[in-house]
Amino acid sequence: MSTPLLEVRNLKTHFISRTSRVRAVDGVDFSVERGKVLGIVGESGSGKSMTSLSIMRLVPGPQGQIVDGEILLDGKNLLKLTEREMTNIRGNQIGMIFQEPMTALNPVLKIGEQIGEVLTRHRGMNKAEAKKHAVELLKNVGFPRAEQIVNEYPHQLSGGMRQRAMIAMAMACQPTLLIADEPTTALDVTIQAQVLDLMRELKNRTGTAIILITHDLGVIAEMADDMVVMYGGQVVESGSADSVFEEPLHPYTRALLESIPVIDEERERLTAIPGTVPSAANFPEGCRFADRCSLVESSCREKMPELRELRKGHSVRCTLAV
Amino acid sequence: MSVAERQMDANHTPQSDILLELTGVKKYFPITGGVLRRTIGAVKAVDDISFTLRKGETLGLVGESGCGKSTTGRVIMKILDPTAGTIRFDGRDITKLSGRALREMRQDFQMVFQDPYSSLNPRMSVGALVAEPLIVNKKGTREQIRDEVERLLQVVGLSPEARLRFPHEFSGGQRQRIAIARALALKPKLIVADEAVSALDVSIQAQILNLLADLRKEFGLSYVFISHNLAVVKHVSDRVGVMYLGRMVELADKAKLYSQPLHPYTQALLSAAPEPKRNVTRDRIVLAGDVPSPANPPSGCAFHTRCPKVMDVCKSQRPELTAYGDGQLVACHLYA
Repeated sequence: MSTPLLEVRNLKTHFISRTSRVRAVDGVDFSVERGKVLGIVGESGSGKSMTSLSIMRLVPGPQGQIVDGEILLDGKNLLKLTEREMTNIRGNQIGMIFQEPMTALNPVLKIGEQIGEVLTRHRGMNKAEAKKHAVELLKNVGFPRAEQIVNEYPHQLSGGMRQRAMIAMAMACQPTLLIADEPTTALDVTIQAQVLDLMRELKNRTGTAIILITHDLGVIAEMADDMVVMYGGQVVESGSADSVFEEPLHPYTRALLESIPVIDEERERLTAIPGTVPSAANFPEGCRFADRCSLVESSCREKMPELRELRKGHSVRCTLAV
Repeated sequence: MSVAERQMDANHTPQSDILLELTGVKKYFPITGGVLRRTIGAVKAVDDISFTLRKGETLGLVGESGCGKSTTGRVIMKILDPTAGTIRFDGRDITKLSGRALREMRQDFQMVFQDPYSSLNPRMSVGALVAEPLIVNKKGTREQIRDEVERLLQVVGLSPEARLRFPHEFSGGQRQRIAIARALALKPKLIVADEAVSALDVSIQAQILNLLADLRKEFGLSYVFISHNLAVVKHVSDRVGVMYLGRMVELADKAKLYSQPLHPYTQALLSAAPEPKRNVTRDRIVLAGDVPSPANPPSGCAFHTRCPKVMDVCKSQRPELTAYGDGQLVACHLYA
């Protein structure tokens, strides 16, 4: 199968008000291969979460609008679908899990009812069948006492258990794509390890492709087959995770990797990136990283660099990279 | 109390080099219930912790949520009164101190919090925020205080004009710089940093970590650096203490702790931390289950419910923090 499962082309999601235009996602291209994990890494304000909400067509309106681009799932453009058709895809072909399972879960519904809802909606099961199936799903994500958990409320579960329940719900209809937006950021390291293990195991068992959005390069290194680095609403580097970690081409990617303390290395001083992320309402002309880049040349500020393939399958948005 | 540590300190560190000493510190929060709000139990947030901090040293405290690391920080700051145990600061017992005496003493130890969005009063200008500790403690005339505020802002890498602006005009990293300037105002000897970089983006986190390192060199500061991030703690600390359910399970020089962790919990924590590198082959120890509730901690060794190397003795007897090998302190029956 050569066509990718999901292709995002020139996606632009802007927030438009009378006085301003915030270019949260500004011309993003990437694709997700079947059964593979694509990691999207970036700092706050890089547009990584808004990209995932755009794929789900859940951009908060009316200011937030997808103003351009295509999102092709199995060759079908999601942006051309009616809201009704889109509802059939959400939770069915694409599942999503969020950073904070406490706010993503409904606090007044029992876990079993929430998972069951997906099944009655998309699989036409009745309530009893759905509940029975929910127990199975919870067992699949490693709950030993699934029969009791279905009757419990989200507040009765710990953070790690809630995230497992979220995953069970997102996987209920065996989606071909799972979008995980900072799934382990709110969790402790030992719990994070459990959840990442679970995601990897589910992927291997069901062949579900995963878009993993995180600010943590460690999580990307551990999980991703391919990766995308975002900055200022754009993709600045993309390629296989092996090649990006082996030879980061964009000065931003390199700086990010050098700015984090690493356990098996002694770093006397961290290489901090000066300044702050530019505001999406007011991007500079030319390269958006120019103001913080240590290699900047005057030409960087004149024209926006194109994303170009510099190594096989490894692209970078920087005119200076060779 | 670890006798071992007492001895170690007695051997290597003259009393005058010790800035902070915690001995058998406990902090229990009562759980009340019933109509009469009677105390029916206690959350043992910190349960018998002892350690010392030398002058100019950085001690990292690491652990997962609920392990008591933040409570320990607050007890050191005397924001919370310990239920038992003593805290000595610079040779003086501050456990019972309160009121004016405490306020005076507290000029020497200051705290930086995790969230610079909630720890700075949004209605005060940056200048007023940084000046407040100086005014409260009557450190000079108006003009002197204004000059000092401008100097402090420069020390933390902000422009002196920043004093006229308000916290909401600054990014997270800049706000953390403001909080640090405020903490530095009274020229403290100790700064307790509680998850001070956890809310920041990695590129900004590096800026703040570098700033803390510079300030340490420049002013001879000591830090108690509390964080859940093992890599960050390793980067800043000289020694590291690992906490689990209110107890110190391991305490050692960072080189030893990270290269040769002894406690099974430390080993699991280190193996679970994802590193930003490909093709590192590590034996992952994935712990089953969650951290038990500190309101009802397991008997014996609190870690026995999740420990891959659990033995019978662990379920009934609590291991003491004792020296193993060349002074690495560990609380585990495997090394008894």
